[in-house]
Amino acid sequence: MDRDLSNTLQADQKRVIKDKLVKYCITSGGALVLVTLLLIFAYLLYVVLPIFAPVSIAAQKEFSYQSNGNVLALGLDEQNDIAYQISDDGKLSFYSLRSKELGNLLLEESMLSEYSAFAKTSATSNAYIFANSQGQALIFKPEFETSYPDDIRLITPEIIYPFGAEKLQIDAQAHKITAVSFEFGEEGAAIAAVTDDKRGIYLALTATEDMMTEELVWQQEVVALPSLPNQIEQMLLSPDLKNLFVRSNNDLLVYDVSDIENIRVKSALAINALDANVTDMQLLTGASSLIVANDNGVISQWFEVLQDNKRTFTFIRDFKASAKVTSITPEYFRKGFLSTDQQGYLSVFHTTGATQLLNEKLSSSENMQVAISPRANALLLADDSRLRLFSIDNEHPEITWSALWQKVWYEGYPEPKYLWQSTSASDDFEAKMSLVPISFGTIKAAFYAMLFAVPIAISAAIYTAYFMSAGIRSYIKPTVEIMEALPTVILGFLAGLWLAPLIENQLPGIILLIISLPLSVLATALAWGALPKQIKESIPEGYHPLILIPILLLVGYASMSFSSTLELWLFNGDTRMYLTNELGINFDQRNSLVVGIAMGFAVIPTIFSIAEDAIFSVPKSLTMGSLALGATPWQTLAKVVILTASPGIFSAVMMGAGRAIGETMIVLMATGNTPIMDWNIFEGMRSLSANIAVEMPESEVGSSHYRVLFLAAFVLFIFTFFFNTVAEFVRQRLREKYSSL
Amino acid sequence: MGKWFKSGTPWIWMTGGAVSLSLIAVIGLFILIGWRGLSFFWPSTVYQFDMLDKQGQQYKVIGEIYDTESVLKDQLIAAGVTGLEDKEDTLQRYLIKIGNREYVDLDFQWVLETIIADKTIPKDVVVFERTKNGNFYGYIEGIQENGQAVTVEKSQFKDELQKRVERSLALKGKEEKLLSADIGHINFDLEKIRLKKRKLDMDGLLTAEKIQQLDKESELLRNEYLVLEEQLFTYRKQAQRDSVLVRDMSGRSVILPMSSVLDFYLPNDMAFFTKVKHWFHQVGKFISDDPREANTEGGVFPAIFGTVFMVMLMAVIVTPFGVVAAIYLHEYAGKNNITKFIRIAVINLAGVPSIVYGVFGLGFFVYIVGGSIDELLYPAALPAPTFGSPGVLWSALTLAILTLPVVIVSTEEGLSRIPSSLREGSLALGATKSETLWRIIVPMASPAIMTGLILAVARAAGEVAPLMLVGVVKMAPTLPVDGNFPFLHLERKFMHLGFHIYDVGFQSPNIEAARPLVYATSFLLVTVIIGLNLAAIAIRNNLREKYRALEH
Repeated sequence: MDRDLSNTLQADQKRVIKDKLVKYCITSGGALVLVTLLLIFAYLLYVVLPIFAPVSIAAQKEFSYQSNGNVLALGLDEQNDIAYQISDDGKLSFYSLRSKELGNLLLEESMLSEYSAFAKTSATSNAYIFANSQGQALIFKPEFETSYPDDIRLITPEIIYPFGAEKLQIDAQAHKITAVSFEFGEEGAAIAAVTDDKRGIYLALTATEDMMTEELVWQQEVVALPSLPNQIEQMLLSPDLKNLFVRSNNDLLVYDVSDIENIRVKSALAINALDANVTDMQLLTGASSLIVANDNGVISQWFEVLQDNKRTFTFIRDFKASAKVTSITPEYFRKGFLSTDQQGYLSVFHTTGATQLLNEKLSSSENMQVAISPRANALLLADDSRLRLFSIDNEHPEITWSALWQKVWYEGYPEPKYLWQSTSASDDFEAKMSLVPISFGTIKAAFYAMLFAVPIAISAAIYTAYFMSAGIRSYIKPTVEIMEALPTVILGFLAGLWLAPLIENQLPGIILLIISLPLSVLATALAWGALPKQIKESIPEGYHPLILIPILLLVGYASMSFSSTLELWLFNGDTRMYLTNELGINFDQRNSLVVGIAMGFAVIPTIFSIAEDAIFSVPKSLTMGSLALGATPWQTLAKVVILTASPGIFSAVMMGAGRAIGETMIVLMATGNTPIMDWNIFEGMRSLSANIAVEMPESEVGSSHYRVLFLAAFVLFIFTFFFNTVAEFVRQRLREKYSSL
Repeated sequence: MGKWFKSGTPWIWMTGGAVSLSLIAVIGLFILIGWRGLSFFWPSTVYQFDMLDKQGQQYKVIGEIYDTESVLKDQLIAAGVTGLEDKEDTLQRYLIKIGNREYVDLDFQWVLETIIADKTIPKDVVVFERTKNGNFYGYIEGIQENGQAVTVEKSQFKDELQKRVERSLALKGKEEKLLSADIGHINFDLEKIRLKKRKLDMDGLLTAEKIQQLDKESELLRNEYLVLEEQLFTYRKQAQRDSVLVRDMSGRSVILPMSSVLDFYLPNDMAFFTKVKHWFHQVGKFISDDPREANTEGGVFPAIFGTVFMVMLMAVIVTPFGVVAAIYLHEYAGKNNITKFIRIAVINLAGVPSIVYGVFGLGFFVYIVGGSIDELLYPAALPAPTFGSPGVLWSALTLAILTLPVVIVSTEEGLSRIPSSLREGSLALGATKSETLWRIIVPMASPAIMTGLILAVARAAGEVAPLMLVGVVKMAPTLPVDGNFPFLHLERKFMHLGFHIYDVGFQSPNIEAARPLVYATSFLLVTVIIGLNLAAIAIRNNLREKYRALEH
């Protein structure tokens, strides 16, 4: 007996444990749904957030060095293993940055101890030029050789003299050179110089390969630069060897040097900020933009803009540093730059992002020099015989809130614009990632779809719920609802390959349909009213749609067959040409009309189903009361039923809008996917979702593009989250209200 | 009139019109897809047109009438077509499918009826289905064996050709089997040996002895391969024996190697029942064959297989989670904020655009989870990803999240229909809650669970956008199931009917040729999905009736 009881107890114990276990398992299973949603939200954010992360800079290494001169220029290799500096005693010195041998002098060579002018090229060519008072110049290039002895990377510095270690005679009259500029182009190189007797020299160097020795032989051609100003502070040659910028105080002269037979001044303009003087100017990578620094801390960007069929240098935007700017250092591959100012602050800017990304005091010295590493992940700073290496975390400078959502003035464009253009065949292409055009496309597609779907779906819902007899309602409702199950890829395919050509060929007929279908319904209603009673009574109430089907089909067919005649009468036989030529409306074959109809059909069942439920669940007592008081069925519907069900109908529309916004395949297949911003119903668009589908497979993981696409997904997520939550909330309220009635 | 409008009658009719319009749209859509999809397999008449164009040139065209449209004469004149003044007001324009892609500039041509001088239906015109360049239309002139004409009666051409095509197809089948099964197996094993070697090397365990052993193994496999290769070449050589001499529409004689002919038929020489038989034969081929020529010809078998496999995998994943979540919401959850949040989560999971799931699946499942799996379990294969690239497993997982709300909502509805008296009865008899659940509730709710599952499967089968990011491809070289251990290859990419429609309809070079195939594929997909939905509705209605009976 005892044993039995204990056995039972033991068994019970087991059952209780089992019961508890099941409870926990199921509870955690239920929580998993919430976790999943949160995980999606968190993961999207986790990918998106780095693009908005602030730039950070951290000191890594520093060492002092022995030098008698001041620093003229600095540089780093790609791996941030070796630093070099050019000092004003004409020496080029390489120092190791590897932790083991930090500060060791690896190579030092004296270039030109007596010089009168010095200049560096753009970051990508990375060469330097010294010129002396005998009209000679020396051009050199610090380079780094990478080798793998014992499978360990070893970088060794070397100095390259592209035109030989001998000095190059620039000025035949051997005058002192006061300002110089040098640049490598695609086929050659060029030097621009000014002598102390105010002569401008332009020396073009073209390379030809020697047939025998396969060595490069440089040929020189010297031309004089016309109309030079008296005083020249700075000269800059663009890397495409098309423009020469000459700065005299606050004035800029732009020479067109693309044809050396015909060098001329293209434009002359003042480039200083208001009440300030220019301290430095540099070309941004890509050679289109000029960055001008002023002594009041204003930094301005200029580039050529096509205005009235003329390309003129135009002020684009400005940035603010904290004090007098001493130098500008452009990045190697991106449209960003660094500036240093008198108070020892370093600022990081990006032109497209149009923001100051960082402003930090790094030095107490007035004349610090900085260089950025080719990969833009490190910064070398020289002040007071000290070299310091900082790491910079600045992965996505071009993506800022303003670049994503505001108009941006991109290089080469006549005005600020919203643009989405993420890739191109060209190398020095700048990705244009504004979410505005694709968000606009999403809204445009959803708008036209709703314009089409809402009237039809709600009317149909009203009829089905209120007027239709229960017998056919049980067939009609599932028939319309089953459309929701139809894969959107099929709707998209039909829209793109069947509907789009149909609309293109039969546009007048389609427009005619919009008028003829409602009219034919009204005509049928009138005719029905005039029919003798016997016939009317032979068909019970609530069968209107079935009577209308053959009529609508007939009218539809008639309208379509009338289309070409109409086209001939009204549009000279070709509607498309007429629209484009006479009315100036662009017509794409895959346009918003197609998307509106196709996506309209996709959302009709969603709206229909929810709205029908809402109308149907309006308590019968209300309608009965209204009818008993003498209101007609229509009055009851308009004044009682719809008002009571309006939150439900609203919720249905919200659900429909949510679906239209997120729909991918229909938009992808039925539009041309061109990211344009235009409400024109005959033009296409590109939506957020289609954009993700098109570009995501090709984007590099972790790149700005990848993260912006995630942001697009996140925006979609938030959009639909909002719509769905509001709709659900409204529906809950409605349910509570009815339960009290 | 004003009174009439006030009475509301016209508005009632208008709302009725909206219902009619929706019905027309739904039914019209099915009829359109069904008609276009199914008529593709019907052997349509091949005409011979004698053309006489405006320059007075005469030529012959053989082809099917693919499409017809009527245009107004005045419209054509406005567009600059001359010489129509004495013609009728409305003219027909035909789209003729000419085939013979390698011999003509355009294999689909629009022709105005005015230049057609004569239209005949020659009985002996033959349509060849070929491995390359689409159909060939022409007349048989002779059959050749090793370049020598075979002496056959003209009336026997068809039977003789049939025999030889069957022979060539049999050889092709053998070749295929050799390539995919035996040679595929050897390649698979060779790759395994390579990875093993790499793994040993990475672990520092690669001794000279091991190298020798592995090399020996691969040497053996290679020898085996050489034997098979020999066999393969023999088959190919045998297949090259026969060819058929045909005359095309311009009277040119063309030799078609038998190895390029897949099928042939004489559409104008078929009785109605032969045509029906041919139709079923063609449908069968469509369902069971592999696609050819950048998916614009052939069948869709791999896409059907991929869709079904992925959906089944998804069903296995989604069912337990969905059911457990529904049971929690209906049986365990108290009226608190967490429950409220979970409900909002369910609603939102149902409403979030599918492409967002695709993005999430790509970033989270493929790159993070898949990447980690690769690092832990397949380091030898790196940098080539195993699970770290889109594949069928990740597609199934992504769609499982997507369809989770469908299963939850449906199951919960089923649970709510079970009368509480049953629960109370079970509890009163001393059963624990879990026992009540397991013995009473879940079995009773199983039809509802089934409904949810069917709806989820239907939803997943039609979803394309997320799959484009997480694993679907235009052309998968191998199915995710094959004869190589471990038989299920969840990391492989797969083909999908929905994506097939998108790809063939929008990325294919010859859209005119591919269009009927897209309709046929669409019809297949629609049939499956509507069928599943109808089944779900039927189960649900059945269930409702059952519980209605229980309640009284």
